[in-house]
Amino acid sequence: MKPAAFDYLAPHTVAEAVDALGAGAQVLAGGQSLLLEMHLQRARPAVVADINHVPGLDALTVADGTLTVGALVRHRTFGSPGAVPGPLGDLFGRAVGYIAHPPIRARGTMVGSLAWAHPASEWCALAVALDAVVEVRSTRGTREIPAGDYFRGPFQTAREPDELLTAVRYPLLGPDTGVAFTEHRRTGFSFAQVAVGAALTVRDGVIAGARIGLANCADRPLRAHAAERAVVGAGPSPLLFAAAGEAAAAHDAAPVPEPYADVDYRRHVIAVLVARTLREATPV
Amino acid sequence: MKITLTVNDAAYPLDVEPRRVLADALRDDCGLTGTHLGCEQGVCGACTVLVDGEAVRSCLMLAVQCDGVPIRTVEGLAGADGEPHPLQRAFSAERGLQCGFCTPGFLMLAAGALEHDPALGEEEVAALVGSNLCRCTGYEPIRRAITRAARDHQNGQFHDRRQ
Ligand SMILES: Cc1cc2nc3c(=O)[nH]c(=O)nc-3n(C[C@H](O)[C@H](O)[C@H](O)COP(=O)(O)OP(=O)(O)OC[C@H]3O[C@@H](n4cnc5c(N)ncnc54)[C@H](O)[C@@H]3O)c2cc1C
Ligand code: FES
Ligand code: FES
Repeated sequence: MKPAAFDYLAPHTVAEAVDALGAGAQVLAGGQSLLLEMHLQRARPAVVADINHVPGLDALTVADGTLTVGALVRHRTFGSPGAVPGPLGDLFGRAVGYIAHPPIRARGTMVGSLAWAHPASEWCALAVALDAVVEVRSTRGTREIPAGDYFRGPFQTAREPDELLTAVRYPLLGPDTGVAFTEHRRTGFSFAQVAVGAALTVRDGVIAGARIGLANCADRPLRAHAAERAVVGAGPSPLLFAAAGEAAAAHDAAPVPEPYADVDYRRHVIAVLVARTLREATPV
Repeated sequence: MKITLTVNDAAYPLDVEPRRVLADALRDDCGLTGTHLGCEQGVCGACTVLVDGEAVRSCLMLAVQCDGVPIRTVEGLAGADGEPHPLQRAFSAERGLQCGFCTPGFLMLAAGALEHDPALGEEEVAALVGSNLCRCTGYEPIRRAITRAARDHQNGQFHDRRQ
């Protein structure tokens, strides 16, 4: 099918973009989800506001221990070593290789993924695990939403339809933190059946902090609180990580059945991947 | 909307609806049918072209987004005298195509990658080939063809006449 007819706007400032959204327009960022939905006519916006001409939205900045990612920073950026400092950059670099493939990564944006809120999205799982904050702007002003409150269900978020996601912010990870990302999928460019990202902080042989994000383990991205509780305060060991995997599968995850991956299978994969991710994340 | 697509250095003034995707504009409005459309969902990669030097899915961009931006399609690979591009020679030498439906997409995918990084290694090529679908070759000959072109490039035997 072809997209249904719409009016096209190309705002040149954030204010113009926000005005367009206030008048009912839908944002076009990388277009790597929106345009295929429009081809299928599952999305039929009357007005499209293409934000690709808004200067400044492509900024990636680090200040006061916080990374700020603007709405036009493409997936691919996170594949360049050093784009983001420290373990956070390492974690993003590991995750981005699982998102689609190079031509999609050249256009698609991190913030667009957060806006789209696919339950299997790698970025969304990391956003909840890392206590990200999304910044949204409308004609009513600007507000910030913690990632933990932002995701409401499959493709559902706390963003109002007239709000533009301008940026997402992450606290940087300290140097004593190790990171890992693992994913199980049917083919090299399928969406994740299960994906797990983790950041482990170890001090004096004891796990002082743990952040574990789960993609496609429920109707929305999850932070694996039960698995984190299972490891914090203990020394890293294969037994401990196996227990954390079981905790994630039994208490954190709420998988929905999918073709080729029923609930029992997914719980099994979650337990295995959480244990593996923690093992790989353990700083040496 | 009135736009001008600049494809392979030629200007195509067009009047298109905003909903026209780049792939359809190239094929139906510019008459450049070398760019193929398979899935229209970003999956197959048959529609891959270079937009501003970047290999992208032309089914997932609007023509109006490409007003004034340099575009390169498979028609622009060969030299003005018809001499095949080194990638095209490598695809032929390695039997990198059978039915040929996926070939324009793979060629532009590889052209974009080689322009970014002429020292493309075997691992990068293997990862790159996973971007597009081929239902005939089993990918191995395509991987070999791109690797051969990259090697020729590094040995200085890569004469892209358009550069
Ligand atoms: C073949 C293929 C494979 C893929 N595989 C994966 C994968 O493995 N993992 C994954 O996570 N994704 C995958 N994707 C999706 C891809 O990552 C998209 O880039 C991403 O989901 C959306 O980002 P975008 O910038 O392209 O947004 P768009 O497609 O432009 O927009 C998506 C939605 O978000 C809204 N939106 C976008 N930006 C904003 C904003 N700033 N403010 C308000 N609303 C906004 C749009 O209105 C639209 O509703 C795949 C896509 C394809 C085509
Ligand atoms: S037609 Fe564009 S990716 Fe298949
Ligand atoms: S040669 Fe037939 S699809 Fe690739």
